[in-house]
Amino acid sequence: MPMKLTKFTFASLTILFLVAPLIAILPLAFTSSVILTYPIPSWSLRWFEELFFADAWRRAIVNSLIIGTGTTLLATVLGTAASLGLRNRLIFFRGTIRTLFLLPMVVPAVVLGVGMQVLLAGFGLTNSYAGVIIAHTVVAVPFVVVSVTGALAGIDERVELAAQSLGASPTAVFRRVTLPLAMPGVASGAVLAFATSLDEVVLTLFVAGPNQRTLARQMFSSIRENISPAIAAAAFLFIAATIIIGLVVVLSRSMLAKRR
Amino acid sequence: MAEFIRFDRITKFYGPLCVVENLDLGIAKGEFVSLLGPSGSGKTTLLMMLAGFEQPTSGNILLDGTAINAVPTHKRDMGVVFQSYALFPHMSVGENVAFPLQMRGLGKAEIAERVARALDMVQLSALAERRPSQLSGGQQQRVALSRALVFEPRVVLMDEPLGALDKQLREQMQLDIRDLHRRLGLTIVFVTHDQSEALTMSDRVAVFNKGKIEQIGTPRQVYDEPATRFVAEFIGETNLVEGVVEAVEGAEANVRLTSGAQIVSAVSGTVAPGQTVYLSIRPERVDLTEIRGDARNCLETEVTDSVYQGDHLRVQLQNAAHPLIAKLGRRSREFPPGTKVYAAFSAGDCRVIVP
Repeated sequence: MPMKLTKFTFASLTILFLVAPLIAILPLAFTSSVILTYPIPSWSLRWFEELFFADAWRRAIVNSLIIGTGTTLLATVLGTAASLGLRNRLIFFRGTIRTLFLLPMVVPAVVLGVGMQVLLAGFGLTNSYAGVIIAHTVVAVPFVVVSVTGALAGIDERVELAAQSLGASPTAVFRRVTLPLAMPGVASGAVLAFATSLDEVVLTLFVAGPNQRTLARQMFSSIRENISPAIAAAAFLFIAATIIIGLVVVLSRSMLAKRR
Repeated sequence: MAEFIRFDRITKFYGPLCVVENLDLGIAKGEFVSLLGPSGSGKTTLLMMLAGFEQPTSGNILLDGTAINAVPTHKRDMGVVFQSYALFPHMSVGENVAFPLQMRGLGKAEIAERVARALDMVQLSALAERRPSQLSGGQQQRVALSRALVFEPRVVLMDEPLGALDKQLREQMQLDIRDLHRRLGLTIVFVTHDQSEALTMSDRVAVFNKGKIEQIGTPRQVYDEPATRFVAEFIGETNLVEGVVEAVEGAEANVRLTSGAQIVSAVSGTVAPGQTVYLSIRPERVDLTEIRGDARNCLETEVTDSVYQGDHLRVQLQNAAHPLIAKLGRRSREFPPGTKVYAAFSAGDCRVIVP
């Protein structure tokens, strides 16, 4: 019994440690005060208004959505294609290539940012949406590769062979069998890619111009200029969106599992 | 019978490993041929090459007189049934069976009708809406079977399809598949390592060992007239007794055993006097008598053990030079250990095998 109690206490403290920053910031989103501090004088939604109606914030939200969507599409397509390619046993250095795909996860973002800026400048893509989307895609692809590779590994190869023998051309096998079976992995890879783009600051600092200011970037700069509670409201928005996305993923997975 | 499938000097290497070696095999239209052998004997590889999943290292595969080496799997028009069923988990039973018809671009009405007929054939019409995961193993295998048959393929290939089922269900499915084969006139190539399955179902059995066919023939031929020691031991149980050929007369040979006893045995190949050979005697062909009868082959033995096994009595015997096993019908009397008996068998129930 004391063992159980210790475990429970330890687990609770760990969870508290992880979510404490969120708990600290969230109530401030509803403050009526103009500065980001406790105690809260009274409750108000004025900072959400600010978020949605102040030009800088509104543009940041729209930018985040544009760049997030672009990154999601590009990263999902590239990552899925890479995972499919890596299934081929005939590829030499398969393990090495797979590790290369995961490299952006471990390389310091600052290093990547500098390199990205130099590279994109060469193509004239700095200060453009395309440039930011490309930069975000580089860090988002590993998440898609990990997720789709896992889903593909779960497919029984004989199912695809059976489809071939039943008259399905390679394209038909992919469209009717491989892709539907890998779909849960592709979907969660896409969600992770979107979340990565939403959250990305460092690369954005290096490659984005004033017109591509994303929500995360806007929060970063406004916390230096004026510590307004709009940041807390933006953080609230972030967390709410993340929870909703997470719920959608969990629900769609359990629905898929039921269908099987 | 006209030859429909022909394996022409097929060799297959996996790296330095030779899995199929210079193999020739012809299969007639409407024939049920089993490829029987232990795992690693090359039988599955041969089937995979016929399906187009693997390419032979050298040699040709002909279908109806045309080489199909370069034809991709999806254009070979062969139905394949796997041991693991390989059903599409994201489709219902009905959608699984409709898949090959959709791939052939048939109309909706025709697909619906043919799916209904194919499911009816395996008594699964009631389960068309279910997912494969909601079915039992036997039901899943019947779905796989009807999916492989619904598009009326030119050949049906089965890779140990019943291996994952329990014994009773397996025996029922064996009879069901044999019945379908006869009713629909299918050409079936069936891979198995289970000798009784091969004997039950096939028109002909090809016995594989180390990438080669040791013998091909009807179930009766491979069981009663094994050509090699491997075949005699792999199919059923047998007594192998060493001896030296003394004389050959027509299809019979006189063999002197190491114990000194003389045996008259049927010969299918060619043997010469003086040659050392094995005799294969099936245990159920051995009779036990207490007095020397008038059978041509009679060995003096002593019972060492006797086990009642329900449908037969299994008696272990010790001759002067070698052990023997006899399986006696259940009406046989008991033979307690220590009893002196004569083991008798006819010349036709005994085969000379050249080692």
